[in-house]
Amino acid sequence: MRIWSLSALFIVALLCSSILFAGPKIQTWETATGAKVLFVAAPELPMVDVRVVFDAGGARDGDKPGLAKLTASLLSQGAGDWNADELAERMEGVGASFSTGSERDMAWATVRSLTESKALNTALETLSAVIAKPRFDAADFKRIREAMQIGLRQSEQNPGTVASKAFYAKVFAGHPYASHPGGTQEALSAMVRDDLIRMHSTYYVGRNAVVAIVGAIGREQAEKIATQVTAGLAKGQPAPLLPEVSVATKGVTEQINFPSSQSHIRLGQPGIKRGDPDYFVLYVGNHILGGGGLVSLLVEEVREKRGLSYSVYSYFSPMRQFGPFIMGAQTKNAQAQEALTVMRKTLQDFIDKGPTQEQLHASKQNITGGFPLRIASNRDIVGYLAMLGFYGLPLDYLETFVDKINAVTAEQIRDAFKRRVQPERFTTVVVGNAETASGG
Amino acid sequence: MRHSIWALLLFWCNTVAFAGGEVHEFQLENGMKVIVKEDHRAPIVVSQVWYKVGSSYEHRGITGVSHVLEHMMFKGTEKHPPGEFSRIIAANGGRENAFTGRDYTAYFQTLSKDRLEVSFEMEADRMRNLILLPEEFAKEVEVVKEERRLRTEDKPTSLTYEQFTATAFRSSPYRNPVIGWMNDLDNMEVEDLQAWYQRWYAPNNATLVVAGDVEPKAVFALAKKHFGAFKPEKINGSKPSKEAEQRGVIRVKVRAPAREPYLMMGYKTPAVSTATEEWEPYALEMLAAVLDGGSSARFARSLVRGQEIAVSAGASYSAFSRLSSMLLLDGSPAKGRSIADLESALLAELEQVKNELVSQQELERIQAQVIAGKVYEQDSVFYQAMQIGILETIGLDWRLDDEYVDRLKAVTAEQVQAVAKKYLVEDHLTVAVLEPLPMEMKQPARRAVGGSRGH
Repeated sequence: MRIWSLSALFIVALLCSSILFAGPKIQTWETATGAKVLFVAAPELPMVDVRVVFDAGGARDGDKPGLAKLTASLLSQGAGDWNADELAERMEGVGASFSTGSERDMAWATVRSLTESKALNTALETLSAVIAKPRFDAADFKRIREAMQIGLRQSEQNPGTVASKAFYAKVFAGHPYASHPGGTQEALSAMVRDDLIRMHSTYYVGRNAVVAIVGAIGREQAEKIATQVTAGLAKGQPAPLLPEVSVATKGVTEQINFPSSQSHIRLGQPGIKRGDPDYFVLYVGNHILGGGGLVSLLVEEVREKRGLSYSVYSYFSPMRQFGPFIMGAQTKNAQAQEALTVMRKTLQDFIDKGPTQEQLHASKQNITGGFPLRIASNRDIVGYLAMLGFYGLPLDYLETFVDKINAVTAEQIRDAFKRRVQPERFTTVVVGNAETASGG
Repeated sequence: MRHSIWALLLFWCNTVAFAGGEVHEFQLENGMKVIVKEDHRAPIVVSQVWYKVGSSYEHRGITGVSHVLEHMMFKGTEKHPPGEFSRIIAANGGRENAFTGRDYTAYFQTLSKDRLEVSFEMEADRMRNLILLPEEFAKEVEVVKEERRLRTEDKPTSLTYEQFTATAFRSSPYRNPVIGWMNDLDNMEVEDLQAWYQRWYAPNNATLVVAGDVEPKAVFALAKKHFGAFKPEKINGSKPSKEAEQRGVIRVKVRAPAREPYLMMGYKTPAVSTATEEWEPYALEMLAAVLDGGSSARFARSLVRGQEIAVSAGASYSAFSRLSSMLLLDGSPAKGRSIADLESALLAELEQVKNELVSQQELERIQAQVIAGKVYEQDSVFYQAMQIGILETIGLDWRLDDEYVDRLKAVTAEQVQAVAKKYLVEDHLTVAVLEPLPMEMKQPARRAVGGSRGH
């Protein structure tokens, strides 16, 4: 009797603790139209998140920068039987929140709805039309294109955005990642409706889609949802592999004069891919260097010791191909060179010496101790599902996360930084007012 | 035996399975309020300490002092040298930060639930034992100036908002920016911070809000252990301040390097804490949602689509502030349209709300959004704690948050029309326009730097 009780205790405790600590249980299958589905049951709140992602981001723009973003923006402006007013009315009338968008790798449509059946059904029926049957009506096309063009001009007012754009353009010169997903005035002006139709029919297809679902539903209903949402898609083909990113052999420095009181600094190079063998080692290493919020070497040197910048950071942004490794800060123009020198020296010291055991230990404690915070909400989980599905990462990614972090050694970090971070090949961009810099 | 174990286990799993949502309120003998919201979805906890002080408590000459003090609260005590607070939280797997607003200064940590005590120990220490070192202040005030340059000086729309607010309010302290005027930051001294800390940082001027996978009584006991021994202070609150009545439209122009023009308009309105008619702030919230509660609301439907006058157009109002504030409109004109076109179109929309009752369908759509929004917000433990903290700190009751949906549902079309007629009047209007100045500058010849940079 006693033994039985204890094993019951064990089983139940295991069940509960696996929900709590090891990461959510992910179920996966494929729809009839070839879309990959990832699902996590989250019974606590009466709501469902559905995110459909396509390999249809700015990297698929070809020679028409902005095409992917224009396409994704237009999805919500008319689809199936409904114009933009009717689409908005259908979603908001049942309290659903809905958006579409795109970045360099991904395009997405995402909806959050109550589980109440009328609300959920209306939201899903609408989502299904939005991804499969966009209208691309002439008037909507013209309006959204003009809005993007004005958006581009507004982004030119922001020195940080100007710096980021210039940085990507240099670091990824010759690669699809070089161009800004927002496009250019000229390219947008030259676009025609057929471009959008071609973009949509090529990339918004089942075999190029991942559906992430989190909510208070069972497997059976999740299957129905995935089928319903993707029903209108052609099966199509997965998008072809993007070209490899090559790393420049020589460093480049670019100063862009800008009428601002601060200079915005970006420096770095192509970094890592999703699924990269060095990912966890570089992640922990960067956490020590410039990723750990209010505690990092860059924050210590640039902000705490010298008061040079409000924000200073470094990060690897892993993408389908090598995404960037970026260090960034902003400081009043007269201090730009000083900040840049401190950032470079901090990095070089880290590459040369690697982390101390204390730094490594503290960093691991922060990352692993904070693991429950990463998956605390449905929004967090649906984001992970979309990422795992899109990049084809193993489904035990979250379960093994803590172990992989704990396994990282100081020697691995030193070795990986030496191999993967080469300051002599860095692109450096400084956007600010060089006149006040030299005068100050 | 077997049964009791099962009962225990099922109980445990049940509390895991059902999101709690129950709120418990305690008060320490020294006057510090402790509010705990149970949410057992994930094994985490959010801890927030809210002080009743912010930029609206500041007077001329020391604007920004609440925010600079917030920065300095990370700079150590007798027990913990500068920077150690953050290192301790990080080593415990926590995330932390702080924020300052017009009506509050708040500090928070998000942690695994078994680490709550780390947060209390640290917050208690810096509530009473902060050491303000002149050399740390000298560096940190420079960081704050960089923050001001980043957020305001180099952002033409933020500059417009700052000038708009400073012009719209004549006597209300809401005229000052939270981050402070650059002149005041330039002249701030560590003694200003010391006096401010002395005046406002006491247990009876603070509210501790904890949300997450915790047991309320245990949290209270822990709070008592760490904060309970502090003596209350006599808080000399700021004098009541009220905006003098505006007697005619105010117009302000902001000229700054920019590419696109931008328009802001604001009408003086009451808040829940200042309204004479209890329903009015809720009717104003419904009014703002009729205009801009999503892509099916009037501005998106009629100004962005429809007439294609605006590339963006917004309306916002918050019922929850300490002092009376404004219902704000803002927008950017569409291609080929002017600021004047946009202003008349916004005004025409307001006229329509004044002259015709909003439809039942519009009210129902907003109610559906608000009801769903109440469910969605439970997905964020942080947000739930934040709602409680704001209400308590502006002098209201956190229970208002539970009533919010019902209050909005009770608003009628006639009431929306009534507040539109009463408050959207020209004499109480302020208009600010961003007029772009050229941005072009001479560019240096590009140079390539090869090889090692010698670091």
